[in-house]
Amino acid sequence: MATSTVDTEGPSYPGEVSEGHGVIGARSDWLKPNVTWAIVGAVGGWFFGRYVGDLIAGNWPVSQNTTMNNVSVVFAMSFGVLGWIAGIGALTYPILKMLGREPAPVQPSSSWVRYFRMTEDHKVVGLQYLIGVLVFLFTGGLLAMAIRTELLSPTSHVFGPGTYIAIVSEHGTMMMMMASSAVVGPLGNWLVPLMIGSRRMAFPRIEAFSFWIFMAGYLVIMTALPLGGFPTGWTAYAPLQTQANPGMDAYLVGFAVIGIGMIAAGFNLAATIINYRAPGMTWSRVPIFVWSILATTALLVLATPTLIVAGYLGVLDRTVQTAFYVTEHGGSSFLWENLFWFFGHPEVYIMALPGFGIVMEMMPVFTRKPLFAYRVAAAGMIGVALLSFFVWQHHLFQSGINPDMRPLFMLTTELISIPTGFLFLVTLGTLWRAKIRFEVPMLFCLGMLFNFLIGGITGVFLSDVPVDVTVHGSFFVMAHFHYTIMGGLIFALFGGLYYWLPKMTGKVLNQRLAKIHFWTFFVFFNCTFFPLFLVGLLGMPRRVFEYAHNLQTLNDISSVSAFLLGASFLIFIFNFVWSVYIDPVKAPDNPWDSRGLEWQTATPVPWFDFERIPVVLSDPYRYSEPGAPPVADPGAPSLGSVGAMSYGNAVGPRDVESLPDRPGDLDPRPPIL
Amino acid sequence: MPSESTGQSEPSSGGTSPSVSGPERTTDGQVDDTHHWWRIIGFWVVMSAIADPLFYYLAGPHIPPGTMSNVAQGAQFDFNILIVAALPVMLAVWIYMGYAIVNWRASRNGPEPIGGPRARSNIPIQTTWIVFTTALVLFLFGFGTYELVQPGGAGGGQGPSPIWTPASHDVLPIQVIGQQWKWTYRYPTFGGFETTQLVVPDHTAIAFHVTSLDVVHDFWVYQLGVKADANPGQDDVAFATPQQLGTFVVRCDELCGLWHGAMYNYGSVLRSAKFESWAEATEKRLAENTKFLPAFAWTYTPDANGADGGYYPDNVDPYSTVETYGATQPGEPLPSTKTTKN
Repeated sequence: MATSTVDTEGPSYPGEVSEGHGVIGARSDWLKPNVTWAIVGAVGGWFFGRYVGDLIAGNWPVSQNTTMNNVSVVFAMSFGVLGWIAGIGALTYPILKMLGREPAPVQPSSSWVRYFRMTEDHKVVGLQYLIGVLVFLFTGGLLAMAIRTELLSPTSHVFGPGTYIAIVSEHGTMMMMMASSAVVGPLGNWLVPLMIGSRRMAFPRIEAFSFWIFMAGYLVIMTALPLGGFPTGWTAYAPLQTQANPGMDAYLVGFAVIGIGMIAAGFNLAATIINYRAPGMTWSRVPIFVWSILATTALLVLATPTLIVAGYLGVLDRTVQTAFYVTEHGGSSFLWENLFWFFGHPEVYIMALPGFGIVMEMMPVFTRKPLFAYRVAAAGMIGVALLSFFVWQHHLFQSGINPDMRPLFMLTTELISIPTGFLFLVTLGTLWRAKIRFEVPMLFCLGMLFNFLIGGITGVFLSDVPVDVTVHGSFFVMAHFHYTIMGGLIFALFGGLYYWLPKMTGKVLNQRLAKIHFWTFFVFFNCTFFPLFLVGLLGMPRRVFEYAHNLQTLNDISSVSAFLLGASFLIFIFNFVWSVYIDPVKAPDNPWDSRGLEWQTATPVPWFDFERIPVVLSDPYRYSEPGAPPVADPGAPSLGSVGAMSYGNAVGPRDVESLPDRPGDLDPRPPIL
Repeated sequence: MPSESTGQSEPSSGGTSPSVSGPERTTDGQVDDTHHWWRIIGFWVVMSAIADPLFYYLAGPHIPPGTMSNVAQGAQFDFNILIVAALPVMLAVWIYMGYAIVNWRASRNGPEPIGGPRARSNIPIQTTWIVFTTALVLFLFGFGTYELVQPGGAGGGQGPSPIWTPASHDVLPIQVIGQQWKWTYRYPTFGGFETTQLVVPDHTAIAFHVTSLDVVHDFWVYQLGVKADANPGQDDVAFATPQQLGTFVVRCDELCGLWHGAMYNYGSVLRSAKFESWAEATEKRLAENTKFLPAFAWTYTPDANGADGGYYPDNVDPYSTVETYGATQPGEPLPSTKTTKN
């Protein structure tokens, strides 16, 4: 495409109204693709899939001997997802392109309807993701309450063993699905273009697609409950997986669907970060949160395909009776374990790294100091991402794999604690002789450091094979990863929300309620999960519904704290709804006095983020440095030709010194609000 | 708490009081922060010197899984060493954070934070950190490997061909069979009888040959410090030498379906002589049953009847409908009852 004559061409960036198209409002909004059509498509696809599946496999002996036809269940879910995606309009653009027609440009919209549609605005997608992640989180949280209710007593039961296992499995799976997008989805999509000075994402349609397929994954995994649940936990070890009832298909299809969304989101963010940085945004000036997202996208793109393949083989085993995971017929139960954990361990760092990024990003703002050892932090996260592909067999230490592997994987697992420990080097170094403001996000940062220290150190215990013999598969493991994921990622996420929601929503959240939320969250989180270390060490395996009588006290402490922990989330919901919708107070443009580029935009952030592409002059962490340059010059002359600008700022980063000195504004287009 | 909020900015008296009335400067104009270092390090050394022995000598002997076998004792020792290594690390972070929170909180008359290149990086500190954590990790790796190899695999399942074996050549094999949802045990040296009660002799190296008939289970003898996955079609070997008499719990530690939570039973460690007499008596008592069991093998494959019928040794065509190896179709009279009545 010619780059110099943009004015004569079609829409050069999403949102621009060009004369050739643009019969705005000719069709009612409700007739355009939106979530209603997605639901219609999903339901239609479901019944179509059931019909086709019954047609194919209805008379197979395996379908007649069991209550449910797995082929039709898998088809129903797959066509349901396809119908959902078609209904939301994610397929419209590629299909029209293939037919040789030019799709109509997406118009900017300020109506609330945009939140229920496929959109090309990364800020809308970010808020959609936020609501989606919270829905995921609270559904999984309710299941956690059910688990802790059952474990109140060692022998009297609220649920039957089958229901209990189904609840445990659903909780674990939903939380893993949620946590893999918990930060990348809402904050990653919302913040990354603003932080790197870009007007757009590299692939806005793929970004919107990643959100809507994430929600499709939510619906698919929810169908597991009416289908009878699945008894395998989130690890789904074969051959238990192979013999499970049709709820298992929801796990296999749902995780693959979520995985497609993870890959899509990862590709989009990686391409955006690499190619769409503003002039002057060199790699040494990229905010550390963006570094953490970049490291995470590498894991999303490279690890998730393994999960999709593993789930596909599992679906084949369950539907057309292949034997990839069935030892008796020539397969191997180890195949699933290896494939699953080859995805599963990088997945752990998909969940951990963005949390590091948030904490390291917020720390300088509230200490009024530069980020200590910025390069070490970035290198550490890249190192974690690399090493995370070489540690998966520590989940199989007791599984009967080749014992030669054990010292090797003990070494790699303990080595990964070195770059992980850089989190503490960086944050503690930033605290040195600082001027700490104990605002709510800072409290969450400190809470995260406290929790993650415990979670990380217990991880070293688990990597030590002789100790792992005792604690493997026990509540010790369970407490460990709740300390890293909930104590690390979710604490960081909520800190980040309190920090960035004033920018995202334009409203101030009530700080008193926020502090109450933090303290209840922090105290009851630790009271819930610390006793579980002891419970595990004292011999209670995971995922059991009965346990020894002498462990009741510890379990009850944990259960009661868990209920209070659940109540603490309600404070957040109340605060969010009250402060944003019921009694909104307009947020100042830069409430935390931050140097970050994302705070230099107007509030609410305009449709196209920056009126002009800013020219970045320094990194965003030069606090308490007299004479430090501003982070960016928002009014700097634009770079290159207008045509180059039509792709956001794909000219790439340049050093400020090499900028052409061109006075005057070369970007004549008005900002579109 | 420093009293800077009252506005008194007296010159710091020798750096001993936590005065934060302003950055102390040395003669060459650099900000002097050595007194912060000395306070943090001093407090850390004292606290670590208290915490480590306190844990090791008070809590250490009671740490699970106890000392019922050599590998359990090894795991306990290993856990304690890891705690002794971990406590100073955690204390360092917590003390530092606490010191920072108390002394460097924002206040109206507080000192200005440091900025500029000094605050952005500090190569000696970064290098020290990396060298120290690497050394600690490598030490833990070496220690863990030694503790894994020396007692014969530390009680973990080593698969069908173990490479770390006990020093003693006199090893008693016991087969552990997991199935949904119970454990059974076969004693190949005593005619291959099968029982639901795990009885082991003391001061004898035992090789647990763990296998499964259906899904993946995990054989966890909590007090003996043994854990090995029971995989279908695989013989997973774990070693332990009991050294105390008593009873222990066997639990399934890998989610195996509906009644996973109820899949446990008990066992006991007897004196060797007592074990011998128990085993011989049990062999005689169960002889009638044992002859209808499938021949002893390291792994078994359930026959076509699955849960309804028996199981047969491996390397038999699983699709065979002819050979049932003692298993019967539901409703058929047991062939065994006929023969025994004659």
